[in-house]
Amino acid sequence: MGKQTPLYDKHVVMGAKMVDFGGWDMPLRYGSQIEEHHQVRTDAGMFDVSHMSVVDFTGPDTREFLRKVFANNVDRLTTPGKALYTCMLKEDGYVLDDLIVYYMDENWFRVVFNASTHDKDLAWVQEQAKPFTMEIIEPPNMAMIAVQGPNARVKASAVFDEPMRTEIAELAPFTAAYFGDLFISRTGYTGEDGFEIILPAAQVNDVWRALYGEGVQPIGLAARDTLRLEAGMNLYGSDMDESTSPLESGLGWTVAWEPEGRDFIGRAALEKIRSAGVNKKLVGLILEEKGVLRDHQKVIVNGLDDGEVTSGGFSPTLGKSIAFARVSKEVGGSCKVEIRGKQVLATVVKLPFVRNGKPV
Amino acid sequence: MSNVPAELKYTKSHEWVSVDGDVATIGITDHAQDLLGDMVFIELPDVGTNFSKGDDCAVVESVKAASDVYSPLSGEVVEVNEDLADSPESVNSDSYAAWLFKIKMSNTSELDEMMDAATYSGVAADDSH
Repeated sequence: MGKQTPLYDKHVVMGAKMVDFGGWDMPLRYGSQIEEHHQVRTDAGMFDVSHMSVVDFTGPDTREFLRKVFANNVDRLTTPGKALYTCMLKEDGYVLDDLIVYYMDENWFRVVFNASTHDKDLAWVQEQAKPFTMEIIEPPNMAMIAVQGPNARVKASAVFDEPMRTEIAELAPFTAAYFGDLFISRTGYTGEDGFEIILPAAQVNDVWRALYGEGVQPIGLAARDTLRLEAGMNLYGSDMDESTSPLESGLGWTVAWEPEGRDFIGRAALEKIRSAGVNKKLVGLILEEKGVLRDHQKVIVNGLDDGEVTSGGFSPTLGKSIAFARVSKEVGGSCKVEIRGKQVLATVVKLPFVRNGKPV
Repeated sequence: MSNVPAELKYTKSHEWVSVDGDVATIGITDHAQDLLGDMVFIELPDVGTNFSKGDDCAVVESVKAASDVYSPLSGEVVEVNEDLADSPESVNSDSYAAWLFKIKMSNTSELDEMMDAATYSGVAADDSH
């Protein structure tokens, strides 16, 4: 038995199939995962993401510390509540984790790490923080709900009374703020509009129930994966990890090279990788024949090194199988993917596959 | 609890069989479709192929995973359910109506080694825990 979130009993009562995810018992799906996927693309759905790690960095050296440990530059954050997506790298330029960091005030930044990387992330930042005057705090008894979909903002804000209702509905993209005990950000992992709400565990069941009352349906991890895949969003551990750099993972845009003087961890190695020439890239694949693309299938283009599917699956929006694949940088047009010994045709496309509910 | 019709025979790898003379109709059980989730692709054998009992003979792919289907019986494939190419999801809505293929049995005594509904219900229940 794994760790349980404060919503565990709700999931069981709602008929969820529970699975282990990074040591947590999480809902895979409540009924049909394809219906759950469409629910988020066309209306509004909610995810229990309480397994993710909320960590607060506080103290006078916080900004300086985060300038060092993150590949993106927290100096881009100057307005309270503003969020930034970044990778955290090792000295060798490979990826320890990807995360969102929020600027709260000059002595306080909040970070949301992945669930499966919690222990190594915490050990890493604690080690790196030793020379700095700052504290790393995990606020206890927290829960987190993501509300996503074209109607997510209207339905989620309807749970609250005025003036909070209007303030929440008007939250700017990639920005967060406290509303009472609730830390609400306009972010997500589906390619749809919506919120992620970090709140005390003691309140999460009431908020979940209220959202359900507004017609927000529960969505499991299975649909979360097909949604993020369509939206072209990387999954740590599949699309990048400690053996790949951001430059071959479609994450070059998250590396802040300027200013040159910022010596973030992994910079020297990453500069070497860049000047030697990055010969792999992450692309999208659309399968043009019957079948389903799966993680680790071989991608074949004549005359070039073989590539590999990093995240494969099925797109309910396109009605076809789609994938991310790491391939030689020259690959374009089409390729073959080996599925159970047979080579099948796939089209190579730019990510994402779907934006705001529509095929791109 | 999943649906286990009394008149069918079952394997522990979650196939069902119904018999008409020397022809057996084969599909996957309600419990199997529930484990796999939404079906998106079903690969069926060619008519005329000969299988021995236990051979992998078809693949059912859900959004979640690909799963082999094993022939519960020896014999020759005489018909496949072509409708599944366009509507694999019919296996989710009624896995006993959405049969996969039919085999002309070469050894009907193999039927005696299969499970009845009561025995299979026990297997499926244990499997769910």
